[in-house]
Parts: sequence; structure tokens; C-alpha cells
Amino acid sequence: MNTREPAEAGRTEERVLAKIIVVTSGKGGVGKTTSSAAIGTGLALRGFKTAIIDFDVGLRNLDLIMGCERRVVYDFVNVINKEATLNQALIKDKRTPNLFILPASQTRDKDALSQEGVQAVLNELSRDFDYIVCDSPAGIEKGAQMALYYADIAVVVTNPEVSSVRDSDRILGILQSKTRRVEAGEEPVQEHLLLTRYNPARVQAGEMLSVQDVEDILAIPLIGVIPESEAVLKASNQGMPVILDQETEAGQAYSDAVARLLGEVVEHRFLEVQKKGFFKRLLGGK
Amino acid sequence: MNQLSFQLKGSVVTAIVLELYRYSRADFSAELSAKVRQAPMFFHQTPVVISLEKLEADAPAIDFPELIALCRDFGLRPMAFKGAPTALADVLEATGLVLIPAGQGGRAPVPESAVPEPEVVVRTVVEEKLVHRPSKIITRPIRSGQQVYAEGSDLIVMAAVSEGAEILADGHIHVYGPLRGRALAGVRGDVQARIFCQSLEAELVSVAGNFKLSDSLRELSWKAPSQVYLQDDTLHVDAL
Repeated sequence: MNTREPAEAGRTEERVLAKIIVVTSGKGGVGKTTSSAAIGTGLALRGFKTAIIDFDVGLRNLDLIMGCERRVVYDFVNVINKEATLNQALIKDKRTPNLFILPASQTRDKDALSQEGVQAVLNELSRDFDYIVCDSPAGIEKGAQMALYYADIAVVVTNPEVSSVRDSDRILGILQSKTRRVEAGEEPVQEHLLLTRYNPARVQAGEMLSVQDVEDILAIPLIGVIPESEAVLKASNQGMPVILDQETEAGQAYSDAVARLLGEVVEHRFLEVQKKGFFKRLLGGK
Repeated sequence: MNQLSFQLKGSVVTAIVLELYRYSRADFSAELSAKVRQAPMFFHQTPVVISLEKLEADAPAIDFPELIALCRDFGLRPMAFKGAPTALADVLEATGLVLIPAGQGGRAPVPESAVPEPEVVVRTVVEEKLVHRPSKIITRPIRSGQQVYAEGSDLIVMAAVSEGAEILADGHIHVYGPLRGRALAGVRGDVQARIFCQSLEAELVSVAGNFKLSDSLRELSWKAPSQVYLQDDTLHVDAL
């Protein structure tokens, strides 16, 4: 993991404000929190000072996936209500330097988020972070809209099935109309597609939409395809972002996605059924 | 060899005549609002001649600029005063509108005892079609849950229309990407309106209220460049 200069360069007077990334999907259970944890960790591993915010007030999950649930004292809503400072609420990750988690409140609901409150927290974080990853709740209501309103970049997490694709399409429509950037007449939010739970064997059997099918419908650039893997479930149950397990295909696929998010050109992997047959090797297939 | 830049022609333009009996801001505004509410589209951008022929002789002085402003607020476009008393000529001239003498048009003046004419003479709707409005052009994909309406014009979409999206136009609809959502042309009843698309995969297509659902489209011109139009009250779907 090479540490690059942005984190250091960022400390000079002419600091650029943090980039705000929203991880969203519309549909629930497609892997938003897993992806937020992986992308946030991936950015921190590359030396960027990163904060991950759990916007799912009332259904707090990010802390579990990051394995910091026992260290939650104050939360996002406390900071918004000025019951705690941002520094009190931010949890420093034990495994990855440069990584901080702002947990959601479990005892409140989405109405506890106010536009001004969210803006104040993001502004404060922007001053000394490089990236802010907003883990959006499912749905298209207030919580989700609040998570994407201030975004510069959107990662739309989609499963290769029709209902998930339809919901992602809906969220893309909201990204085009209800963000600060649109209202201020700035460049629109950069949209990226992250396809999760991809199973090449089932695609081949015609049981799942292919990468091409999904790209054809959503028509936004693809930053990653995460293969369906037991490693993902295992990692979240252990409270460890799957990207830290570079032995697994899912971990490697998330690393590739983070590289593409940063503008690097990386070839897509894990799209084909893995066959290590005798003939394939003989004919020089990889 | 036509080198002329213009030609003068005599012409008859049909307009709504608003016969004013008396005027007070509150009453006028309330009555006009009620009228417009009955048929908002009819009154939208409609030329109006304000006739003062029936104005009550003892009516108090009228604030004409205010009256014109009120008419404009409700979408009417006052263009002239008709049959104005000479005493008012200067005041009316100042409003910038044209003054037309009374009784123009060859009709004999109606005797006072006659049955009162309706305040608004509804003559024609064809006038509206002469107003040209630029087509609406959309270059970004129209996503599920979004709705785009080209009011009084054609709609041109240069990208995909997703399932669950809805596009509507008073005129034609052109889609230069896959049309997967709902497309409704001629929504205000224009039976000449058509839908043209690069790839017909729509959930619903409709022209002037006559629609077809995706199930029947699948048998006609699915995923092919197509046009949808109305002929003899039947919706036709043809490959292009």
C-alpha cells in the first residue's frame, strides 16, 4: 500500500476541500454499507484522510461492519444537535491510519437530520479531511436525500437483478435533480456504477443480469464489479472491511474499484466463470 | 424574382371581445378569475379586444393600466379598445393599445332592449396553434420516476428514457435512445402528433389518448426503430 502525497500536501494553506462521496442505491440490502466501509478503508489505505458517515439514523450498521460498535459514545445526531463536538464523536479506526467513522444514532429517526446540521458537520469535516464517504440509507426519502444532497461523487451500488437496477435508475434521477450542485448550477454529481453480488456462473445460466445488461440500462461508467462471495459475509460478521482481506476476490475487486474512483485505468476482473480446465491451459488461456 | 422583404395584406383576425359594463378592481378580478378557471388553456395568450360600447354612462373613472395589467395576469393579451367614448381617447391612447371605432365589422348596433349578449364571445380555438413554441430538447437520460412535459411543443430526447419514466408532449415526441418508459404525444388532443423512436421498448405509447401497452407492442415493432401514429382513430405502430 503506497502512501501518496495528497494527505501531506493537504496540510498546506491552500487546502482543497474534501471530496464528498455518497454511496447510495435506492434498494436496501444491496451492499451499500459494505461498499462504504470498503471504499472508505481503501481511500485511507492510499494515504487519504477519510471519514465515513453513517446516515442510516435508527438502523445503525456501519459501526458493526467496521468493528467499532463498542466504542460508540456520541453519534452524528449528537453532533448535529451540538450535544457533542465532532472530535468527540469521530471514532478513529484501529486498523487503518487516516480513517475515521462517524456513527449514526440508533435511538432516533431520520427526522433528527436537518439540512443545516448536516451541512455544518460536512463543512467542518471538509476542512481537514480528503474524502468524506456518506453511507446512505435505503429508500428515496429524507435520509437518503440528505446523504446525497451535498455529494460531489456518487457511487450507485446495484445488484444484477431488475428491481435493484430500477431503483438505482430512480436514485440517478434524484441525483440529477435534488443535489446542491444542481441547485447551485455547478457541474453535476459524478456518477459511478458499482455492481455487487455478481455471480458469473448464474449470469451464464441466464439467471442474473450481465454487466452489459446493467450498463445498457443505467448508462453510467462502471467502477467495479464485486463477485458474490462468502468472504463478504464473513468479513462483515467479523467487523472487518472486506477490502483488508486481499486474499479474496471481493477484497481485490474493491481495491480495483477504489483505484478507478481515483481515475486509474484498471482492467475489470472476475467477470468470467473461473475455469482452470486442461484444454484452456493447453490453449494458452489465462 | 421576389426581392420584397414584406408584403401587406388585409386579414381578419378572430379575437375575444371583453364587453365592459362597469369596473372595480375587486369585482373584475374575481369574475375574470372565475371565467379563466373554467378553461385555462383557452384563455392562455389569447388576444382580447376590450369593448367600451356598453360601458355604463355614469360609471366612475377607470384605471385602464390596472385593468390591462389584471387581464395580463390572467393570461389574456389585450390588444385594442373598441368603441371608446371620445372623452377617454387621450387616456386610452396612453396605454399603448389600439383604438378601434365602434360597430366595426358591419354589424348593426344592437338595440339596448335586446337580450344581453354573453360577455365573452367564444369564436375559435384554432388561433392557439399559430403560436410557435420551440421544441424541448433533453440531452441527459430520463430516469425512472422522472416526468418531462413539453407544453405546446415537440419533445426531443437525445438519450435513454428509462422504465418508470414518463415523457409527454403536446406535439410530436422523438427519442434518439431506447424508449423504455411511457411516452404520450398529443396530450392536449392533437391527433396528428406522432412518436418516433430509435428502439421501441416502451411500457406505454399514446397519441391523443389512444394508447397501447408493451404487451401489444412486443408483437409489432419491438426494439426496432419505430413510429407511432393515429389513423382512423386507431393507433398504428410501424417499423421505420
